[in-house]
Amino acid sequence: VSISGHESIMRAGRVDFGGVVKEISLALVPEADIGDYVVVHVGHALAKIDPEEARRTLELLAEAGVAAAAAS
Amino acid sequence: MRYVDEYRDGRLAGALAAAIARTVDSAAEYHFMEFCGGHTHAISRYGLEDLLPINVRMIHGPGCPVCVLPVGRIDAAIRLAKRSEVILCTYGDLMRVPGSHGMTMLRAKAAGADIRMVYSTLDAVRIAEAEPRREVVFFAIGFETTAPATAIAIRLAAAKRLTNFTVFCNHVLTPAAIQNILDSPDLRALGRVRVDGFIGPAHVSTVIGTKPYAFFAEEFEKPVVIAGFEPLDVMQAILMLIAQVNEGRHEVENQYVRAVRRDGNLKAKADVAEVFELRKSFEWRGLGVVPYSGLRLKESYAAYDAERRFGIACVPAGDNPACECGAILRGVKRPTDCKLFGTVCTPDTPMGSCMVSAEGACAAHWTYGRFRDRQRRAS
Repeated sequence: VSISGHESIMRAGRVDFGGVVKEISLALVPEADIGDYVVVHVGHALAKIDPEEARRTLELLAEAGVAAAAAS
Repeated sequence: MRYVDEYRDGRLAGALAAAIARTVDSAAEYHFMEFCGGHTHAISRYGLEDLLPINVRMIHGPGCPVCVLPVGRIDAAIRLAKRSEVILCTYGDLMRVPGSHGMTMLRAKAAGADIRMVYSTLDAVRIAEAEPRREVVFFAIGFETTAPATAIAIRLAAAKRLTNFTVFCNHVLTPAAIQNILDSPDLRALGRVRVDGFIGPAHVSTVIGTKPYAFFAEEFEKPVVIAGFEPLDVMQAILMLIAQVNEGRHEVENQYVRAVRRDGNLKAKADVAEVFELRKSFEWRGLGVVPYSGLRLKESYAAYDAERRFGIACVPAGDNPACECGAILRGVKRPTDCKLFGTVCTPDTPMGSCMVSAEGACAAHWTYGRFRDRQRRAS
């Protein structure tokens, strides 16, 4: 949502968890920027979500579903 | 919530279940261990075992940080917290873990010890800044997911030149524990545990990447599929494991591609390497003493090491003798095999650590799984 702190170790962002907004450290994910989705563990962002890979996983899941429906 | 709700779609879960049912060889048995407590929780909460064919069995692994912490370390933390100058900060899960004689941090707090629950390691640093006359000790636990957060706090305390902030380090490592299970006599000699493949942890793998698992896949010829924590992630990972077993493959595959990269999080790994080094050995509840399985602060950060500053001695202490946490953590027993389960031991009054954390196998089974047992008996 927003980012504060300039020194890398102090860098933090306000992250929206489906309505609950919390201040989260971005020290471990320096590339995270406003609008990104991140995986958060005990107050620290650990990884950025890759939207392209996320979409591909959903497609694979949908394919498995279609194949199962076709077989039954 | 985006990137969460889509992976909880019940209709797709049903379709995946059908795909799994078509893929399994009905003459074969599949025993998969989910290493991580986050998966144990997801499997119980969403009733995934009900969606699996009867010859696919999930074994709950030891990847619950609270569950594997030995009693002696809890006792040492409580002794430390009783010192009047000390403020002990820790994650909420730890508060109710029973130490010796039924003592918990929550009870010690009620008796006057200054123990504070924090959400983030940085909260503990803030307390140290606000209370310069007190000694703030952060009781650090967890796997590779929480170690970087502790490293950041130590680096921040160093940058701020805080002299009243230390860490009581109990961080442990995932690969060492997996190797211990694969090498265990339960699995190798006694044949009491059978594991045909592993579901690799989600958040841990965002940090360490996919490479550390290659050794198990090759050396022990067991497939590993790293999976996200949502129910569809787990179902897809199980489908991928079944395919590997059927085809006689044992590779590391990554289902959680939206967050896990091959090399993990280089920044996090560098922060951990800057502050921590391997211990020669570390005691785990359930697994015993595991070589090179824990972290401690490096000599260059000795000023932030609570074990050095307070000369903490950890006296080994036994669990409640009737508690089966140890065997449950090794996958040898199930929660319902324990005499204490659901009688004297419930999440309100836990006797063992597996009943404390939401990630523990006993707590997960008590909260969700036991209703299924009842249905099964009735039908």
